Amino acid sequence: MKRVSLVVALALAAGLSTQAATAQTLKTVKDRGMLSCGVSQGLPGFSSPDDKGNWTGLDVDICRAVAAAIFNDPTKIKFVPLSAKDRFTALQSGEIDVLSRNTTWTLSRDTTLGANFTGVTYYDGQGFLVKKSLKVNSALELNSASVCVQTGTTTEQNLADYFKGNNMKYEVIAFGTADEAVKAYESGRCDVFTTDVSGLYAERLKLSNPADHAVLPEVISKEPLGPMVRHGDDQWFDIVKWVLFAMVAAEELGVTQKNVDDMAKSDKPELKRAFGTDGNLGEQLGLTKDWVSRIVKAVGNYGESFDRNVGAGSKLGIARGLNQLWNKGGIQYAPPIR
Amino acid sequence: MSIEPRSPPPQLAAKLQRAFGGRAGWGGFVLQILFVAALAWICYEIVANARANLQAQRITAGFGFLANTAGFDVSQNLIPYSGSDPYTRVFLVGLLNTLLVSIIGIFFATVIGFLVALGRLSPNWLLSRISGGYVELVRNLPVLFQILFWYLAVLAALPNPRQSISVFGSFFLSNRGFVIPKPIGNPGFEPFVLAIVIAVVGSLLLQRYARKQLFDHGRMIRIWPYVLGMLVGLPLLSSLVFGAPVKFEIPELKGFNFSGGSRVIPEFVALTLALSTYTAAFIAEIVRAGIQSVHKGQMEAGASLGLARGSTLRLIVVPQAMRVILPPLTNQYLNLTKNSSLAVGIGYPDLFSVFAGTTLSQTGQAIEIIGITMGVYLLISLVTSAIMSFYGWRISRSLG
Repeated sequence: MKRVSLVVALALAAGLSTQAATAQTLKTVKDRGMLSCGVSQGLPGFSSPDDKGNWTGLDVDICRAVAAAIFNDPTKIKFVPLSAKDRFTALQSGEIDVLSRNTTWTLSRDTTLGANFTGVTYYDGQGFLVKKSLKVNSALELNSASVCVQTGTTTEQNLADYFKGNNMKYEVIAFGTADEAVKAYESGRCDVFTTDVSGLYAERLKLSNPADHAVLPEVISKEPLGPMVRHGDDQWFDIVKWVLFAMVAAEELGVTQKNVDDMAKSDKPELKRAFGTDGNLGEQLGLTKDWVSRIVKAVGNYGESFDRNVGAGSKLGIARGLNQLWNKGGIQYAPPIR
Repeated sequence: MSIEPRSPPPQLAAKLQRAFGGRAGWGGFVLQILFVAALAWICYEIVANARANLQAQRITAGFGFLANTAGFDVSQNLIPYSGSDPYTRVFLVGLLNTLLVSIIGIFFATVIGFLVALGRLSPNWLLSRISGGYVELVRNLPVLFQILFWYLAVLAALPNPRQSISVFGSFFLSNRGFVIPKPIGNPGFEPFVLAIVIAVVGSLLLQRYARKQLFDHGRMIRIWPYVLGMLVGLPLLSSLVFGAPVKFEIPELKGFNFSGGSRVIPEFVALTLALSTYTAAFIAEIVRAGIQSVHKGQMEAGASLGLARGSTLRLIVVPQAMRVILPPLTNQYLNLTKNSSLAVGIGYPDLFSVFAGTTLSQTGQAIEIIGITMGVYLLISLVTSAIMSFYGWRISRSLG
C-alpha cells in the first residue's frame, strides 16, 4: 500500500485533481455512473467483503444509501479498500468521493486535511483487548505492558496520552495494518491490542480462540466515527450528511425496509415531507423526491442497518448504547427533514 | 630558468563548444539551454500547480507542521524521545533507526557474503554445496516473505517473558526481544578506556616494528604474546587499581516486561537477519564472480611462492578482485538500505514507518513528507555510493 500515497502525492502535485476540487462531485459521480467509496481493508461489521467479494457493514451501508439516493441502485459503487494511513490522501486526490471508513472526527482532521466530516455513524471509544490468562481486570493494571496498535490512527495518540496521564510505562509496536497488529498480538509479541471498542469486538472474531480474550471495561477516549467528503463542494457535503440523517429520521418515524411502501402512502405531514409527496426536499439536495424511500429500501433505517451489521442481529452483538436514538437513551439525532 | 606568463589555452572556445554543444556545435548548445529551461519551467509549474490546488482544497501546506507535537510513542529510539517532542524529533528517531538497521545489515551481509563465496569456491565438496544451496534458496525467495518468516515464524515462537530463556540469570531471550545487562560507568571507567587505548596503540606500534624487521632484515618476530599481554594486562591492571570500570544493571521481570537492562527488540532482529541474509546471497555471487575473474595463474603463483591458500586469497586474489566486486557491491548496499523500508510490515519504527507513515496520516501533508522522505533516501544512497567510490579509488591507486 505504501506506493499509493506516493502516487497520490504526485498526482496532487501534477494537478490531476484540479477537477475534483472544484467540479460538482454529484455531476462527476452521475457521469461516471458509479460512486467511489473508500472503506477499510476488512473490519467486520463496518466494512468487510464476504467470500463473493460483496462488501457489507455499517460504513458500507452509508455508501450504499448514497448510491441508492443518486442512482436508485445500491450496487453502483466501486469500493476502494484503504489502510489508515492512506485514507486521507485518497480522498484529497479525488480517487474516492466519500471516505466511509471508521474514521474519528477530530478538529485537526476537519481543518487541515481539506476534507469535512458529514456526521457520526457510530459513537465509539477506544478500549483494550487482553488475553484472559493475564488476569488483568482494568486498564490501570497495564503498567509496563507491550501494546500493539495500527499506525496512522488517533488510537496511537490516545494511547500515549492515557499511559502518560496515568504515569504508566509501556512499549508501543505500531503496524501498517490492523491485521498485522492483531497477528502480532495473537503471537504474543504484545500483551494488549488497542483500537476502538467496536473494532476490538470485530477483530476478536478473527482470533483463533475468541473466548480467550477479553475487552477491558475502560473506554479511554471519544471516537465519533463518520464519513468524510472533500472540502469545497457544499452540495455533495449536504447530500452525504442528509443521507445519514434520513436513515436516522426513518428509524425515528418508524419507517423500515418492510413497511416503506405503505408508509410512503401515509397522510402524516412529516412522512409526506420525507417521502416527497409534499414539497420537493429531495430535489433541493440535488436528488429526487423519493430519495428517502430509495435509501430505506436499499439499506433500511439506521437501526436496521446497525442491528444487521454490528448489533444484536450480527456476530458482533454490540449493544446500541450511545448509538440508540436520542429519545431512547442514546445520542443519535437527526435535524428535522423539512 | 625564467618563468613565462601563462597565456590562456587557445582552444578554450573549442573546448567549451565541445563540452556544451557536443558534435552539433553551438546549435547544440542552444538546444541544451532550451531543454534545461523547459525542465525548469515544468518543475515550476508542478510546484505552483500543487500550491494552487492545495490552497483551493484548503489543505494545509508548508513545513510548519514539523514543529508541532507528535503525540505518539516509538518502540525503539536511539536518542531520547517522548510523545511530547515535535515531529522533527520523530524524523530523527526514524532516520537513526533506518541507519542503524542499514549499517548493521550491511556489515553482516558483507561478512556472510564473503564467507559464503569463499565456501562456494572451496575445494571441500560439502562446504561448497552447502554454500551453493544457501545462495539458491535465499536469493530466490521474496525479501518481504523472509522478513515475515523471521518475525512471525522464528522469533514469535520464543516463549513469553515469564518463561523466557535465561542465561546466567542476567541475559533473557523471549518474544519481547533479547534483554541484556546494561553497563553503567563507574569512577574507574575513564582509566579503563585509557588503558585500552594505550594497549591498542602499543600493539600497532609493535606490529609496525615487526613489519619493518621483516621487510628490512627478513626477520620474523613473534609479537602476539606481547600484544595479548598488553590488551588484557593493561585494562586488568587499571581495574585492579581504580576499581571495576562498569557495573551492570541486571534486568528484572516486573509486571509484563523486563525493566532495567538494555533490550534488542525482535522487530530489529527480524529485519536485520532477513535483510543481511538475503543481501548476503547476492554479495556471495558478486564476490565469487570477482574472485573467479582473477586469472587462476595468480592463485598458482601464490602457491608456488609457498603461501597458504588463505594467504594467497587475502594478499593476492581478493585485492585484485575488489575492482570487479566494488560497483555491484555498492548496488547491494543501496538495495539493503532501501529494502529496510519494508520494516513497516513488522512494526519496526524506521523512517518510512514513523515519518512517511504515522506522521503523514496525522498531518495529512503528503507532498511535503513524501518529498522529505524521498530526499533522505536519495541522500543516504548518494553518500553510500560516494564512500564506495572513494574506497574503489584508493584500491585502484594502491594496485597501480
